[in-house]
Amino acid sequence: MAGQPSGSGWMDTTERALDLLVALLVPVCLYTIFQVVPTEEKMGVVQRIFYFHVPSAFAGFLGVVLCAVCSALYLWTRDRRFDRVAHASAELGVVFFTIVLLTGPIWARPVWGVWWTGEVRLTSTLVLWLMYAGYLILRQSAENPEQAARWAGVLGIVGALDLPIIYKSVEWWRGLHPKVLRVSGGQGLDPAMGKAFGLCVFTFVLFFTALLIKRCRVARLEDQVAELTHRVARRSVHTEPA
Amino acid sequence: MNYWRAVLLVAARDLKVELRSREQAVTLLFFALLVLVVFNFAFDFTVIDFVTLGSGVLWVAFIFSGVLAISRSFQLEREQDRIQGILLAPIDRSAFYLGKVAATVLFMAAVEAIVVPVSVVMFNFRFSGRIALVVLELVLNTVGFAAVGTLFAAMTTRTRRGELLLPLLLFPAAVPVALAAVKTTTHLLAGRPFERYASWVALSAAYDLIFLAASVLLFDYVLED
Repeated sequence: MAGQPSGSGWMDTTERALDLLVALLVPVCLYTIFQVVPTEEKMGVVQRIFYFHVPSAFAGFLGVVLCAVCSALYLWTRDRRFDRVAHASAELGVVFFTIVLLTGPIWARPVWGVWWTGEVRLTSTLVLWLMYAGYLILRQSAENPEQAARWAGVLGIVGALDLPIIYKSVEWWRGLHPKVLRVSGGQGLDPAMGKAFGLCVFTFVLFFTALLIKRCRVARLEDQVAELTHRVARRSVHTEPA
Repeated sequence: MNYWRAVLLVAARDLKVELRSREQAVTLLFFALLVLVVFNFAFDFTVIDFVTLGSGVLWVAFIFSGVLAISRSFQLEREQDRIQGILLAPIDRSAFYLGKVAATVLFMAAVEAIVVPVSVVMFNFRFSGRIALVVLELVLNTVGFAAVGTLFAAMTTRTRRGELLLPLLLFPAAVPVALAAVKTTTHLLAGRPFERYASWVALSAAYDLIFLAASVLLFDYVLED
């Protein structure tokens, strides 16, 4: 395992192509958001933050779902690769949900008049974010990588089971859904707005994928370093005179 | 060995340890009572109706003392490496898990059985609802909290961060329990009809079943080493 080359040829090519595509798409997105798309008539300029907010939520959810699937696959197969993907996607999930939680209040303050409310999506996103931050801290606190992977696998599955229940309970707790959100729900969207949304979501998902590949590679290198260190330590024990 | 007998033995062992030392229950009880006292100072209950805030006060006391109970019970396992003994014992690991959940539920229930009447006296509350429903609600939510807490504590108490890590994982995961518990208790205190909060009771029951089942299936992975 330690002697492997850094990656197979087609993986490297795909990774580079993806990087290039993301690098091209991000300026296009920025141009579209600030120059092409019309300003929303009720909310004004601040509505443009949605082109970052919603795609980040998409990417974040992708991370959470991927983490759950790979956690289950890891516990089933014990293949380290699944664990690395689960770890990387949880980290990215936390990063993208941090963006969601930061951009949300910036939008809410001028439009709703408050930074924060107990609304169901806000509250459950915050709980989700706290849960996956805990997941990362648990991984860090484990004694060895194998234990971290197993525990994270358990937590990844429990978390995924819990999320729909958390959402449902917060929804009931709040009573009825506030109508304000329907405005952002999508009806009466300018066609240019819809297209810009699609473009931004696509870009963010690609960006997520590019970061995921890199994070997984770093994790694989970390595993190799740990393996080599372990081997060196073992050899020095063996060669030491009795 | 019979599976359920193993569960009983694990729970009985925890109770026996507790009966001999009598350190946990007393400390937990005083802690929960102190939470009530703190709230008594924080909010002026001569002005605020106990029905509005009481359920929150009670459940903060139960959840805080519950976290302490769960993490303490796994600390005891860790001392003198009792976990090693459990791993060597010819019982199913999920039986060990269920036994620990049962013991935790009993400890928490003992605290609740005293704190609830005390709070009624302390906040001058006249309770007119049905006691059976109160017991059902307390049991359902305590089981859910202990089920997830025990699974997490088996991991967190063996880390460097130890007890600090448990609430960090448990509180977000137990949000449905906390919400269901507080809502149900509020309805109960206000003496509303059961239909008003039946869906919350169902949610608590579903939470218990889902996470007991998931934990039984997953506990092997937690205690592998």
